[in-house]
Amino acid sequence: MADFLIELFSEEIPARMQFQALQDFKKLWEDRLQKENIPFEKVIPYVTPRRLAAHIIGLPLRQENRIEELKGPRVGAPQQALDGFLKAAGLSIDDCVQKETDKGLFYMAQKMHQGREMADILSLLTNDIIRAFPWPKSMRWRDYSFRWVRPLHHILAIFNNKVIDGRFDLGGTFLKFTDHTQGHRFLAIDPFQVTDIAHYKSELEKRFVLLDTDERRTQIKNQLENCAHTKNVVLKEDPALLQEMAGACEWPQIFMGTIDPSFLDVPYEVLETAMRNHQKYFSFRTKEGEFAPYFACVTNNIPKDNGQKIIQGNEQILKSRLFDAKFFWIQDQTQTLLSRVEKLESIVFHEKLGSLKEKIERLQLLSKEIAIVIKADPIKTARAALLCKTDLVTGMVGEFPELQGIMGRYYALHDGESQEVADAIASHYAPLGPSDKCPKELVSTSLAIADKMDALVGFFANDLKPTGSKDPYALRRAALGIIRLILENNLRIPLFKLIEISYKSYGSKVSTTDFDKLKFEIMEFFVDRLKVFLREKGIRHDYINAIFSQGQEDDLSRLCLRIEALSDFLQTEDGGYLLTAYRRAGNILRIEEKKDAKIYTNNVIVELLKEEEEKSLFSMLNNVSANATKKIQLEEYDQAMKYLVMLRQPVDLFFERITVNSDQKELRKNRLGLLTHIVSTLHEIANFQKIEG
Amino acid sequence: MKDTKSVSFQNIILKLQQFWGDLGCVILQPYDMEMGAGTFHPATALRPLGPNPWNVAYVQPSRRPKDGRYGDNPVRFQHFYQFQVLMKPSPLNAQELCLQSLKAIGIDTENNDIRFLEDDWESPTLGAWGLGWEVQLNGMEIGQFTYFQQLGGIECDPVSFEMTYGLERIARILQNVEHVFDLNWNGLEGPGKFTYGDVFAQNEREFSAYNFEFANTDKLFEHFKDAELECVSLLGHKITLPAYEQCVKASHLFNLLDARGVISVQERASYIARVRTLAKACCESWMQSQEIQSLNPQELI
Repeated sequence: MADFLIELFSEEIPARMQFQALQDFKKLWEDRLQKENIPFEKVIPYVTPRRLAAHIIGLPLRQENRIEELKGPRVGAPQQALDGFLKAAGLSIDDCVQKETDKGLFYMAQKMHQGREMADILSLLTNDIIRAFPWPKSMRWRDYSFRWVRPLHHILAIFNNKVIDGRFDLGGTFLKFTDHTQGHRFLAIDPFQVTDIAHYKSELEKRFVLLDTDERRTQIKNQLENCAHTKNVVLKEDPALLQEMAGACEWPQIFMGTIDPSFLDVPYEVLETAMRNHQKYFSFRTKEGEFAPYFACVTNNIPKDNGQKIIQGNEQILKSRLFDAKFFWIQDQTQTLLSRVEKLESIVFHEKLGSLKEKIERLQLLSKEIAIVIKADPIKTARAALLCKTDLVTGMVGEFPELQGIMGRYYALHDGESQEVADAIASHYAPLGPSDKCPKELVSTSLAIADKMDALVGFFANDLKPTGSKDPYALRRAALGIIRLILENNLRIPLFKLIEISYKSYGSKVSTTDFDKLKFEIMEFFVDRLKVFLREKGIRHDYINAIFSQGQEDDLSRLCLRIEALSDFLQTEDGGYLLTAYRRAGNILRIEEKKDAKIYTNNVIVELLKEEEEKSLFSMLNNVSANATKKIQLEEYDQAMKYLVMLRQPVDLFFERITVNSDQKELRKNRLGLLTHIVSTLHEIANFQKIEG
Repeated sequence: MKDTKSVSFQNIILKLQQFWGDLGCVILQPYDMEMGAGTFHPATALRPLGPNPWNVAYVQPSRRPKDGRYGDNPVRFQHFYQFQVLMKPSPLNAQELCLQSLKAIGIDTENNDIRFLEDDWESPTLGAWGLGWEVQLNGMEIGQFTYFQQLGGIECDPVSFEMTYGLERIARILQNVEHVFDLNWNGLEGPGKFTYGDVFAQNEREFSAYNFEFANTDKLFEHFKDAELECVSLLGHKITLPAYEQCVKASHLFNLLDARGVISVQERASYIARVRTLAKACCESWMQSQEIQSLNPQELI
C-alpha cells in the first residue's frame, strides 16, 4: 500500500470558489479511481488560496491483472464474423474455447489485461482530472491554450515517496511533475522538497501555510475571540464571512482597529454593513449588546512592526468609507421621506406592473383592508404603506441596498413619524427567509402581508408564475412569508377577499380577466407552500389535501386547525378504524355502482331499515352529521372528531352483521344508500378519499 | 514617515515609469483625449489584440464625470490619474513584478498586508473582460490586476497582463494624508511646495459644476450622434485609430450625459450597447490591420 500526494499550485484562487473546488477534486479522484478498478482507502482534499491538493491513502503499487471474458460469434457463424472478433480482440483461434450457453454453442476467449504501474496510472489520471476540472470561471494566460482558474505554476505529484515521472500539457509548454513546492508568498518564498504528506504538512506549517481550511477558520475564530476578550467586548458571529476569510489567506493574522468616534452617531447597521461589505471586517458588541467601536481584519502576513502599519492603513480606509456613509446619513435627513414619494415614479417595479409609485398606491389600499380585518390601526398602516419604499431613493440605500427598510425606519423617526409606522417600514420585507423573523406588531404585519400579496397577484395575473426551479420574482418566498405571518400571529384573514382587492387595485395592468380562475390558482399556490411548511412540522400533505379539497376554505389559520385535528384523529386507533370502514364502504359502492351503472345517493328510506344494526347506524349517522357540522362551524374541530369516534361501533356492527347485497332489490338499494350516507357524513369533516397509505 | 521628496506624487509616477521602463516597457505619455480609464487608451484597448508582442506603461488622466464632488469629498474626484501597465504575452512572474513595483515605490511586504482578492474586470462599453484581482494594501484597493481574455468580443491570443495603479490612493497611503488635495505634489516643503489641491482644486470645483449643472445636454446628445456616425464612416475607410477616437469620444459624452441625469435607466443600457457596437467594430478593424501587418511587415512601415 502507498499514498499519493498531489498539489496544483497556482495564483490566488477566489475564496468563494474554494469550497466547491474541494468537493469537486475529491469526487473526481474517487470516481476516476473507481472507474479504473483501483482500490483506495480515502481521498482527503485540501485547498488554500494558492493550492488545490489531495492526499490519497492506501493505493496499491500496481494495478491488479484483470481477466476479461470475451464472447465471440456462434460456432458455425460465417468466417468473417470469427475473423472480425479475433482481430478486434487481438487474439488467435487458439485462444478461444467453444462453450455451450443458453443461446447455443459460442466461441469464448479470455483476455488478460496486465495491471499497470500505479505511478503511470496516476500520471494519466492527474492529466484527465485537471482537464475535467469544473471551475465556474477559468482563463488562459501567456500564449497557452489551457484554461485554469488562474495561471497554474506547478504540479507536485508524489507517489510512494517518489515524484511521478510525468507532465501536463498546457497547450504551448509542459509542466513536468515535481516534488518541490513553496511556502507563504512573503514569509517563506524559497522552494523546498517534499517527501510525503506528513512532511508536506509540517514543512508548510513551518513556512506559514495552514493547509487545512478548517484549521485556518479555527485560527481566525480563536484570534477574534482573543481580540474581543482583550477589549472586553463580544464578537458578532458571522459564519459566512469567517468561511470567506479562511479562503483569503494561508496564514491568518487578525488585527483589531478602532472606529473613529466621529462616526458613532451614524446608525450601527450602516457602520456594520460598510465594514462587512466593503472591508470584510468583523464587528463587535459590548457585553450589554450595544455596538462596540472596534473592527477586526483578517490579514495574511506577520508584520515586523506588530501590525502598526496594517492597523493604521485599515483605520484610514475605514474612515474614508464611513465618511461617505456619514455624508449620506446627513444628506438624506435634509429631505423627508414624504417628499421622496414622487421620485418612486422613476423606479420600475416590473415593466408590466408599473412603477414603485403605483405599487405604494396599491399597497395603501390593500394594507388598509388587512388592517381593518386584523384590527390594526388602518390610518397608520396606510401611512406606512405610503412611505415604505421611499428609502430606496435615499443616498444611503443607493450605496448599501441591503439597508432598505432599516434606513426607512431611521429616517421616518427623524421625520417625526410614529414608532409603528417606522417599524412597519423597517419590517415590511420580512420574513426574508426561513430563518428570518416575522414582525409581530399589527401595523407591520398588515403591510408585510400586503407587500407580498401585491406581488403574488400582480405576477400571477400577468402569467409570470414560477416554473420548475425558476422563481425570478421570489413568489414562493412571498407566499411562504404570508403563510408564516398569518400562522405565527394567529390571524384570521379571508384570502379570497384580499386577492380580489389586490386584483382590482391593478386595474388595467393585469392581463388575466378570469378572476375566479386566478383566485383558485393563487390559493392552490398557497396550499402547495403550506404543504412544504407543514411537512417540516411532520404533517402529511395528503391530510392537507383532504381538508383543502373540501372547497371554499381560504382562511389559512382555520385550514391548519382542521388539518391538525384531522391528523391527530387519524393517528388514534379509532381514526385508523374509521378510515378502513370508509374505504370499505367506498369500495363496495364503487363496485356496485359500476355493476348497476348508476350512482347511489344517501337517500335512505327509514321504513326499509329492517335490522337493528341498520337502524342504529342510521340514527348515529344523522346525529353525527348534525353535530359534527355544528362543531365545525363553531371551529371546535377536536369536538367534531369526537363525534366521528361515535360512529365506530355502529359501523363495525353494520359491516359485521348486515349483507349489503340483499336479494331484495329495495333493501339492497336502501343499504347502498346507507353506505353513501357513511361516506357523505365523513366528507363533511374531510375528504377521506385524499388520504393515502 | 519617509522623506516627502521620495513619496511626492510626481516621484511615485517617476519611479513606476523607471521600474517598468527598465523591464523594457515603452513609456508612453497620456492619450490626448478625455477617457474614463487608462484602459481606453488604444495602447491597452487595441494593442492587446493580435499576435504581436507589446509592453507599455503610461499615466492616463481618467475622467468620471459622475464621481465629481466639487472637491468636497477627500477621495472622490471626476478627474484622477491612473498608471497603466500592459505586457503581451503575460509574463509568468507577473504577480512578482507587481509586488516588486510596489516595493520600488516604497510599499514593502515586511510590514504591510498585500492581497490579491478576486475582482474580475469587465468593461461593458468595450465589450471586454478578464480575470484577475484587486490588489489590496492594508484593506485599501490600490490597483487592479487583470489577465485580458477578450476585447471587443475578440479572444486575446496571446493573453495580456494589465496592471492599473490608483495613484492618488497610493500617494495618500505613502504620505499618510486623508484628503487627496493635501498630497504633496512636487516634494518640496515651504514656499516652493505644491499640493494636489493647488493643482486641481479649482479644476474639481469647476468641472463638477460643468458635469452636473452646466453641460449643454442637447448639444451633448448631438455630439454623441455625430461621434457615432463619424466612427462608422471612418471604419468604412479602414482607418481604425481615428475611428476609435470617435468611439472614445462617444463613451465620454455618454458619461457626461449620465452625470447630468438625463439618461433614464432603460436608455442607459441602449447607450452602452451603442458604444459597445462601435468598440467592437474598431477592434475588428484593428484585427484586420494586424493580420495585414503580420503578412506584409515591410509594406506598412
